[in-house]
Amino acid sequence: MALTITKLCTACDACLHVCPNDAIVEDKPYYFIEAEKCTECLSEYAEPQCAAICPIECAIVNELDEPLNPPGSLTGIPLELLPEQRFHAGY
Amino acid sequence: MDLPVIPIIPVAKSGGGCSSSGCGSASDKLSHVPDHIRQKVQDHPCYSEEAHHYFARMHVAVAPACNIQCNYCNRKFDCANESRPGVVSELLSPQQAVKKVMAVAATIPQMTVLGIAGPGDPLGNPERTFATFRELSAKAPDIKLCVSTNGLRLPEFADEIAKHNIDHVTITINCVDPDVGAKIYPWIFWNNRRIRGREAAAILIEQQQKGLEMLVERGVLVKVNSVMIPGVNDQHLKEVSKMVKAKGAFLHNVMPLIAEAEHGTYYGMVGQRGPSSAELQSLQDECAGDMAMMRHCRQCRADAVGMLGEDRGSEFSLDKIEHMEIDYEAAMERRAAHRDEVIAKLEARRSSLGAAPASAQTPAAPKLRPVLMAVATTGQGVINQHFGHAKEFLVYEATPEDVRFIGHRKTDLYCSGDNTCGEGESVLERTIRALEGCEAVLCAKIGYEPWGKLEAAGIAPNGEHAMEPIEEAVMAVYCEMAEAGKLAAPLEKRQAA
Repeated sequence: MALTITKLCTACDACLHVCPNDAIVEDKPYYFIEAEKCTECLSEYAEPQCAAICPIECAIVNELDEPLNPPGSLTGIPLELLPEQRFHAGY
Repeated sequence: MDLPVIPIIPVAKSGGGCSSSGCGSASDKLSHVPDHIRQKVQDHPCYSEEAHHYFARMHVAVAPACNIQCNYCNRKFDCANESRPGVVSELLSPQQAVKKVMAVAATIPQMTVLGIAGPGDPLGNPERTFATFRELSAKAPDIKLCVSTNGLRLPEFADEIAKHNIDHVTITINCVDPDVGAKIYPWIFWNNRRIRGREAAAILIEQQQKGLEMLVERGVLVKVNSVMIPGVNDQHLKEVSKMVKAKGAFLHNVMPLIAEAEHGTYYGMVGQRGPSSAELQSLQDECAGDMAMMRHCRQCRADAVGMLGEDRGSEFSLDKIEHMEIDYEAAMERRAAHRDEVIAKLEARRSSLGAAPASAQTPAAPKLRPVLMAVATTGQGVINQHFGHAKEFLVYEATPEDVRFIGHRKTDLYCSGDNTCGEGESVLERTIRALEGCEAVLCAKIGYEPWGKLEAAGIAPNGEHAMEPIEEAVMAVYCEMAEAGKLAAPLEKRQAA
């Protein structure tokens, strides 16, 4: 069980500081999560910490490739104004 | 209401801005400020309008992470005018940042200030931010350090800030009412949770206010930035101004919202407009009754380098600074010499103005209306730029009593792209539109074509005051207009372009 970072990641560092398991690896052009270390924060916190601070919609997905922050959920921008985002999301 | 800890510039009269005893010159503005503060800001371009003509600053982009979302910000945006880690600007490690600061300080003698302003929130990246400050205070002790923050984690780091001798802090405070805040901040990350809506705004506001108080208690100079969002917080900002003054902030900087659909921000996408120059000026004037206002902010990037309004960042990319040889001792001496020279010049000017009242008294009739004039300058406080070379104009308001700085107008309207990037207007048309409300434009030189078009737009071009000090030239033109009988009647409303 692990979360995955998608190519939408902007390498902003936010998740790096909050992961309780040091599972996030700084890489270029975007970060990745070491699957064997990731616990999805189930035993640590109410929400997976990376997904709770990530500012980019669809940048973190679960094992079913479902984004933890779907389009519009962080910015509040109405979906009809976000035509491109769904294509880029990679899901 | 408690008295402010730091004495603030005396309440300005109705017009706001400079209202000293017929000062007539922007160079007198800081004379109201207590000496210990004046000494701190007299060479700080972001804290002193006067200093921004003579001194330069730089930001290093060491802080990519943020812990809140603002509706005017989009972290994905990768236009050349925006900073985004890993894509456009170079995100720097603290060591790289220190090297860059040393390189810039060795190249630009006007450089006095290093700020960390993002591109995320500096206090959301405390290790990187404080490592940079720590190393810089050892290696470049003559450089002033400052930091900008959204304030969420400010109480946690107030002691650390004071310890590192960071004596200038800017907090962005857009509201003091959570209901207003809920329309500006969709979420914050707090205590391991993403918190939304009114609850998020309430926490943020509480932390900002507490952080402000803690910094003031520790003797740190605090400026408050606010983004003016018409219909959301514009009227509310007057209350913000009162509140932050009461808590001891030294300066309030109300900035216009920048929101274009192509920026991809919430406000840009939903069509929230920014304020007009006239709306911004009017709000700044209303707030000025409560506190010293800053009007020369250029809303610069988190990796800007140079004088305000210019960006020399590309001269100092990582590959370029790698091969630069830096004699920091010599650079320190050069900068100290520049600083002493400017300060001496300004002091001399200040005392001569004190002795002889400015030309302000000449057009005696007090019924004359105020006039806005645009000025093309590259710095040094004089009119020294060709009209066609100006990427921005400084705007001054002349009245029979004085000349005061109002703000700046960008001619490239936040975009450095060519004519295909935008509305397809010519540069000249854009410039004339940017100068709306101004009745004259003072520059070192001006070409034939723009001359005619400016006149047609009701803006008198004027190249007769090249190399003269700005305020004196503006007053001279104002006097000419008065003598020509142009100032008795109110200005006819010109249609906005």
